[in-house]
Amino acid sequence: MKSVRSMVLVSSDPVSMERGAAQVYENLKTEIETLGLSDEISLSMIGDVGRHDALPFVIIYPEATIYGPVKPENAQYLVEEHLYKGRVVPELQASHKELTGKIAWVNARKGTLPAEQRIVLQRVGIIDPENIEEYIINDGYQALGKVLSEMSPRDVIEEVKSSGLRGRGGAGFPTGLKWGFVSGTPAKKKYVICNGDESEPGTFKDRLILEGDPHSIIEAMSIAAYAVGANEGFIYIRGEYLLAQERLKKAIKQAYDYGILGEKIFGSDFNFDIHVHSGAGAYICGEETALIESIEGKRGEPRARPPYPTTHGLWGKPTLVNNVETLANIPAILRNGGKWYRSFGTPSSPGTKVYTILGNVNVTGLIEVPMGITLREVIAIYAKGMKRDVSFKVAQTGGSSGSIIPASLQDTPMDFDSFQNAGVSLGSGALLICDENTCVLDLAKVLQNFFKKESCGKCNPCRIGNERAYQILENISQGTGTMQDLDDLAMISKNLFELSNCGLGQTAGSPIRDILNHYRAEVEAHIRLKVCPSGVCPMSGKRL
Amino acid sequence: MTSKNEKDRLIIAAVDSAIDHFGENREELIPILNHVNRTLGFLPSEALEEISNRLKSSRSQLFSVASFYHMLSTKPRGKHVIQFCESAPCHVVGGREVWQTLKETVNLEEDETSLDGKWSLITTSCLGLCGVGPVIVIDDDAYGNVTPEQIKDILAKYSD
Repeated sequence: MKSVRSMVLVSSDPVSMERGAAQVYENLKTEIETLGLSDEISLSMIGDVGRHDALPFVIIYPEATIYGPVKPENAQYLVEEHLYKGRVVPELQASHKELTGKIAWVNARKGTLPAEQRIVLQRVGIIDPENIEEYIINDGYQALGKVLSEMSPRDVIEEVKSSGLRGRGGAGFPTGLKWGFVSGTPAKKKYVICNGDESEPGTFKDRLILEGDPHSIIEAMSIAAYAVGANEGFIYIRGEYLLAQERLKKAIKQAYDYGILGEKIFGSDFNFDIHVHSGAGAYICGEETALIESIEGKRGEPRARPPYPTTHGLWGKPTLVNNVETLANIPAILRNGGKWYRSFGTPSSPGTKVYTILGNVNVTGLIEVPMGITLREVIAIYAKGMKRDVSFKVAQTGGSSGSIIPASLQDTPMDFDSFQNAGVSLGSGALLICDENTCVLDLAKVLQNFFKKESCGKCNPCRIGNERAYQILENISQGTGTMQDLDDLAMISKNLFELSNCGLGQTAGSPIRDILNHYRAEVEAHIRLKVCPSGVCPMSGKRL
Repeated sequence: MTSKNEKDRLIIAAVDSAIDHFGENREELIPILNHVNRTLGFLPSEALEEISNRLKSSRSQLFSVASFYHMLSTKPRGKHVIQFCESAPCHVVGGREVWQTLKETVNLEEDETSLDGKWSLITTSCLGLCGVGPVIVIDDDAYGNVTPEQIKDILAKYSD
């Protein structure tokens, strides 16, 4: 990469593209060429930067000035003023008060917002994801080089163990321990799989990592493969994420060209190949054994466990399956050491967590903050408060398989153990924040509908339980529920937890359990008074 | 109307191109089905027959895979497929009203295709665009922050 005096970035997430980002880019390019600045200014399209109201953004470094929304017709003026004459154009700047995500971090350097801590997203939005050299300049592949030249596989696993990193896919299983299991099997052939089948409603962090920093996943998988003794890897990306698939394929090709994938990597005896596998639309394929079935070309139905994938995974061979966000932590841990990683977050859950903020708040988007921050902080600081100042009623964490969290828990630190002690779950990092106009019964109905449709149908408790639970919730929302229904719901929820085969069924009972625990009075009002206190449910008196 | 021969020819061509691309290998079944589905808009039984012969895998197995995944369809779909995200993040920010308007505007219920073959209306689980809910996707174009008032204008873009 040549040295330039200014770097110009244009956001290229779907919203920006819809609002003409491509034309903005073209116009900027033409204008920069017209003024003869091409040699001193770099221009790139970047992925999603986390904030949506003022898209598309044009961000100009080194000043870190954020312009938005930029229209194609603004390009000429912007280039003339900012890049040619060196004057900031205040009327085109994005307003400071609502910046979040990557943008918030840029802004924080001016002392206007509490800084996020970026480990996983450190390069997302800063580098051109389609250029391996930009990754390398920003510490990329340094960890892999260090691992292959200075560390034994055992050292690598010890380092990951000492970092205390826990799986970011939702379950929070200690990553180093999992690596140890796979490494401890004597098999000759092993696989490493990156689980990029992100489909928890409300979660899009993995998409942004895959789109914004694809090489970090390749580096992390290579390190994992070296540590556990695998020589082949798969990246399973959900079918809807076409851009992520394209970026990964490009990145893999570049890595082969640079000798970072393939045989005798960095002159060592380590060989590693990576394939990209596209999903075809099935939530259940995020479950690791269903994902493995899907890579084998079958229906994505979870296997009975044990045996676990760590001993019998893809094509019966020991297989390490890690979530995208988990893997994205790995290069930084190996570069800086496990002790450094432990300096972030809480003792039981070190490191950072990427959250997506959604719902009835002023600013939605993506943040990466140390583990242990509270919901109240998220709403006040990053989400800039509730929309129209309507008070906060309930949050739903971690996509459908997370928990419904009442306002009374908003000061509980968000880490694995504190949440577990409070009887709720962190899930995958989606924070759906709802105001008091939300009916919890309606919310539970939507979640149950999701499970009803996404159940793979293999085992009865899940296939029948979700259907039945949905019918009962629908009846209550129509004003035809009975008190007996509540007992039935409690029983279905219990059966789902105890009898389902896989993680989907085992969490499908949580919406009902949570509304019965925290909002029983509101649900009973639907039955006894035939009234929806929030005025959301239809109450038409139709019974299914 | 395309004649039967013409139709068969298109199907065979789609299967050929998919198998050329991914290899004649049972493990590549899902990418192959995905490719054919994208080319033809759905998976006609003739296509499954052809793939079954080429991969030496039974039709029942193929059908069980094809009918499992949402992105694969064994039924013909309209020229334009409207996907509406019905997950919670879109629901709480106004998805319910958008869905109502959408159904009324195209005059279809969930999973229906219009008689003229122009529209198919399907619901989908989260598409990962939740920062800008409510979201609808038409063919490959995503629309975020959709309000009921915008539906008419968005649909008008697909005038063919």
